[in-house]
Amino acid sequence: MSGAVETSTAKLIEGPAEERRPSVAGRILNSWLLRRILKALLTIFIVTTGTFFLVRLLPGNPVDTYIQTQIAQTGISYEAAAAQAKNLFSLDPDQPLIQQYGTYMVNLLQGDFGNSLLSPGTTVAQVIKTYLPWTLFSVGVATIIAFVIGIVAGMIMAYRREGWADHTLSSIGAVLHAIPNYILAILIVVFLGVKLQVFNLTQARGSYTPGVHPSFSFSFFNDILYHATLPILAYTLTTVGSWALVMKSSTVETLGEDYVTVARARGLSDNRIRTGYVGRNAVLPLFSALAVSLGFVVGGAIFVERIFGYQGIGFSLFNAVNGRDYAVLQGIFLVITISVVLANLLADILYSRLDPRIRVGSKAKG
Amino acid sequence: MAESVASGGPAAAVGTTSVGRFSGIIKSLRRSPAGFIGFVIVMLLVLISLFGPIFTPSVAPNVKEILLPFGSPGHLLGTDNEGKDVLIQMIDGGRTVIFIGFLAAAISTFLAIVLGSIAAYVGGGTDSIVVMLADVFLTVPLIVLLAVLGAMFKLDSPLLLALLVGCFGWPVLTRAVRAQVLSLKEREFVEAAKLLDMGTLRIIFVEILPNMASFILMNFMIGVTSAIYALVGLYLLGLAPLSGANWGIMLNRAWIAGAVFNDASLPFILSPIIAIVLLLLGLVMMTRSLEEILNPRLRDR
Repeated sequence: MSGAVETSTAKLIEGPAEERRPSVAGRILNSWLLRRILKALLTIFIVTTGTFFLVRLLPGNPVDTYIQTQIAQTGISYEAAAAQAKNLFSLDPDQPLIQQYGTYMVNLLQGDFGNSLLSPGTTVAQVIKTYLPWTLFSVGVATIIAFVIGIVAGMIMAYRREGWADHTLSSIGAVLHAIPNYILAILIVVFLGVKLQVFNLTQARGSYTPGVHPSFSFSFFNDILYHATLPILAYTLTTVGSWALVMKSSTVETLGEDYVTVARARGLSDNRIRTGYVGRNAVLPLFSALAVSLGFVVGGAIFVERIFGYQGIGFSLFNAVNGRDYAVLQGIFLVITISVVLANLLADILYSRLDPRIRVGSKAKG
Repeated sequence: MAESVASGGPAAAVGTTSVGRFSGIIKSLRRSPAGFIGFVIVMLLVLISLFGPIFTPSVAPNVKEILLPFGSPGHLLGTDNEGKDVLIQMIDGGRTVIFIGFLAAAISTFLAIVLGSIAAYVGGGTDSIVVMLADVFLTVPLIVLLAVLGAMFKLDSPLLLALLVGCFGWPVLTRAVRAQVLSLKEREFVEAAKLLDMGTLRIIFVEILPNMASFILMNFMIGVTSAIYALVGLYLLGLAPLSGANWGIMLNRAWIAGAVFNDASLPFILSPIIAIVLLLLGLVMMTRSLEEILNPRLRDR
């Protein structure tokens, strides 16, 4: 491979730039962190603004639709319907748009997302507070499990290249990577639930057994784990394949680096090279992929939670979609997106701790 | 799924090696057995879905033949809960899924190429805006957004669905194209083209982009996989139009009818599952061997 190709490869991989600039580390960290936080805030601002205009401006938007159906169904006056809409969406359809937008933003800042249409008397914030923790719990646990298994499997594949372990694990990884999470969830229901009867599907529905009071006890923890097992299994199986494959290619790349050869030449133990030299560097690209993957997995919750009847945010999103509960829809959409933005921010900060090059590197890096 | 590999993997290798052009790609695909098998699977499914429906009789609900088991005479895969033949529905049902998948991927690939190359080539404020937009779109979970849009507005045409999925699938490839063009535009042949006064558009599309053909093809296939994932998911949730017959609608109807709980109806739900998984698996196998071709370090040494 020629030198020219080599340099462009380094640029093309969306990783950190190769150059190191020894400068006042603290100052640069601060400005990088500041830039990164500002970017996250800007993203949240754009998404919330976009959502407002989507809900309010497009033809056939929910607010107008709601007013029209109320008038048609109950025969009330436009004013009465508009008053109901105002209460429901926390905005006044008769105000000028810019004023509505201002109220909407102020309400969002105070955590006021309006009221649920389907279950009157419940605020959207309450709905989210009830359901979101279960999704964060199951998705979080599954992500950690899949990440760890993926790293180990990927390194085994890279170290045993072209051996039977590599071929077997690669095939399993590719198959798991190709199967969508909802199809895997259905297959789990068919084979583990109905055929082998390993799981009692009816009992495992919901996020905890009705009647059990949430508390910090072992039995309660056991209970929520029992209910979360199937979703966690589905999330883990659908993501572990891609983690393993990414880790494999990343490890193979790292094994070709000069510093690994040097470490071998210095006679360092294989164990030390594997963890300290290869593993630590090979795992870096996975962290930048973690953020994208999180959004994907949380999005997949709408399928997985529906199929298993697990009562997390995806389950309530599905109910809101079916009942056209616009305020809840908008609220859940915003909360999920904001969670993903914050998770991105967290992953980036973690990444910058692991790889100092990122803090001095390119601005283009997310 | 697909996205995590696309952005995280060291896949973004140069397309300027000897296998930059399509003929080279096909040749290399044949050398990699997994990639070739994937290619054959995808081609078979595409051909069956395209030409199969010409030969199949039309299916009609038949109360006398409800839930016939696998291998019944005249109904190889049995019948569904309305007495319709599953095999015929399978053959007829691939068109929409494959068509929307490829159209959506074509739209997002087109957007990514245009936005990515213009951002990199023009630079400055345009570049910053494209990068920022890509970051914003990358954060929004596609499925959640599609579900919300599906509830608020009627997503009643497959074309509209393809357009929507395509319009949200561009960020990953855009960032990669931008990175590639940024490095390619410093090369001598681009300098030469500039000196010849060839015009920005011509330099981008005639001089620079052909160098990354295989890379774009790989991302196109990743785009097809994620579009099919999103589409079938929408069908499963009942958010896409449920008229007609395709694999997603079959999956939805079988799930709603509780086909998983009955042995006789298992072929009815497993058939679309197997078809979708085969299609996605074929695409993933092709993508992976293309990745190996593009990234020589992953190849056998």
